[in-house]
Amino acid sequence: MHAIEKILMKNSGLTEIHTGEIVSAKIDFAEINDLYLQTVYSFYEMGGRNVWDNTRCAFVFDHYAPCPDIKSAQNHQAMREFAQKNNLKYHFDTNTGVCHQVMPEAGLVYPGMILVATDSHTTTHGAFGAMGTGCGATDMATILMTGELWFRVPEIIEVRLEGQAPKGVFPKDVILAVLGKIRADGAVYKAIDFTGSYVESLGVAGRMTVCNMAVEMGAKTAYMQPNQEVLDYVGKRAVRPFEVQFTDKGYKYSESHVFDVSSLEPELACPSSVENVHTLASVIAQGEVKLNQGYIGSCTGGRVEDIAAAAKILKGRHIPEYTRLVVIPASREVMLECITRGYIADLMEAGATISTPGCGACLGAHEGILAPGEVCITSTNRNFPGRMGSTEALMYLASPATVAASMVYGKITDPREFL
Amino acid sequence: MQKVLTGKCIVIGDNIDTDQIYPGRFLAITDPKEIGSHCLCGVSEDIAGNFPQGGFVVAGRNFGCGSSREHAPIALLNMGAVAVLADSFARIFFRNAVNLGLLPVICKGINQHVKAGQTLTLDLEKGTVKIDETGEEFACEKLGDQAMKILEAGGIKPLMRAKFAK
Repeated sequence: MHAIEKILMKNSGLTEIHTGEIVSAKIDFAEINDLYLQTVYSFYEMGGRNVWDNTRCAFVFDHYAPCPDIKSAQNHQAMREFAQKNNLKYHFDTNTGVCHQVMPEAGLVYPGMILVATDSHTTTHGAFGAMGTGCGATDMATILMTGELWFRVPEIIEVRLEGQAPKGVFPKDVILAVLGKIRADGAVYKAIDFTGSYVESLGVAGRMTVCNMAVEMGAKTAYMQPNQEVLDYVGKRAVRPFEVQFTDKGYKYSESHVFDVSSLEPELACPSSVENVHTLASVIAQGEVKLNQGYIGSCTGGRVEDIAAAAKILKGRHIPEYTRLVVIPASREVMLECITRGYIADLMEAGATISTPGCGACLGAHEGILAPGEVCITSTNRNFPGRMGSTEALMYLASPATVAASMVYGKITDPREFL
Repeated sequence: MQKVLTGKCIVIGDNIDTDQIYPGRFLAITDPKEIGSHCLCGVSEDIAGNFPQGGFVVAGRNFGCGSSREHAPIALLNMGAVAVLADSFARIFFRNAVNLGLLPVICKGINQHVKAGQTLTLDLEKGTVKIDETGEEFACEKLGDQAMKILEAGGIKPLMRAKFAK
């Protein structure tokens, strides 16, 4: 059996489990982000009175932190009322950060659990050996009422990542390379298990970046067997005792893809699809790509390691006039550490605009929206038409180092020049 | 629930993501009718205002990929769509659609054959889609038992209301 199947089996109270079967599983933690007041509406529409367990669910106000308009302020207001009425043990207001960063920091994510959130990037938590998956507002309302959700037991794809990354190749480049091969619908309704020596030696932040983008291949969830760094991280923080699950030897994956990480190069997902992946070198070879904005942030690329990579490149340099670089740390904890280490000062001196921890410009809600005809390079996860503002703006997805290097000249640039 | 549905259709392409179905800048809106008025504006601003009521959206592969936003099926329903016929669907969109009573029907290759404005007849029990004007018929995948249970109840809300009223 696979670890994911064991997690589903345990939480469903079953003694065996089969691919394709529909099971109803207990949810260990449920998170609602601030886009989904519909969750509260659906909860009451379905006859909900109080949440099933006030220690196992929370709101995270991240997409509109702080509120850009009256509507989102009213949504926050109604969510706060719901949280207070239900006496929720945990609450993450506009001073905390992106849910996928904030929850692990708060010890709410640990190996062997099922985490469901009203956010597609909940696959991130495979980084901790947890089963994380996204759902919509009304599915979330059923969880708040019952503590359970139905799942189809997924086929599991192995993505084996072997070898050490060469200079200039970051976890974001690795997952873009994988995405370019498996495509945007290559894992729909399936789970992805990332294995191999690269994963075994990868730190928490890099693991989160890789698992985060599993959903861009359609995956229901992602998984990585926890390594010592993960166990140290959750050991200090977890609010509940936990049990690490292991995949049985000889488990047969529905398919396997092997990547030699040591042969990869910096990658880009070009406009306007996540699967339109090319090596950075091949894009540069086709001609100069001028940029109006760079963005470093989000649940994909806004952690301390990401901001450190950017600060190292931009320290003592300055972005060109008439360009802008927006940097939004993924959480308050990340921002405080970046301040302590001097990265925020380095980036501000280089001309960066720093904003409140949260999702920021990633989804085009505020803090860095693009005008028609503008071009942006970003450490985030999606470059769909209109994702960051105008449908006539273009977005390139890249590693934080590539974003920083590109902002030195205001055009897409290879970070290896600065490493 | 009705097992045979007839309506006019619009035809769009592959990987129509939730930002194209319902852009992020409108996410704070909670009024369903207003949500419907912005449907598919990332593809074209002209779609929602001219959508044939009770009609179908015909698309290619991976319809609804991207965000978990339930605004996507809410927008489609309130624009007047009853079903989306596509090569494949992203998982969260599929669940959201079923929960709200919008039919997500896998019908491989259909967007290569159907033209916008044609009238389609979807037969859920037979698992077929027919172009009324030409008589051409295509096989579609039947929805699974779990999805049908929810759809037969009129969506997850009536199902849960009945469960909790007990």
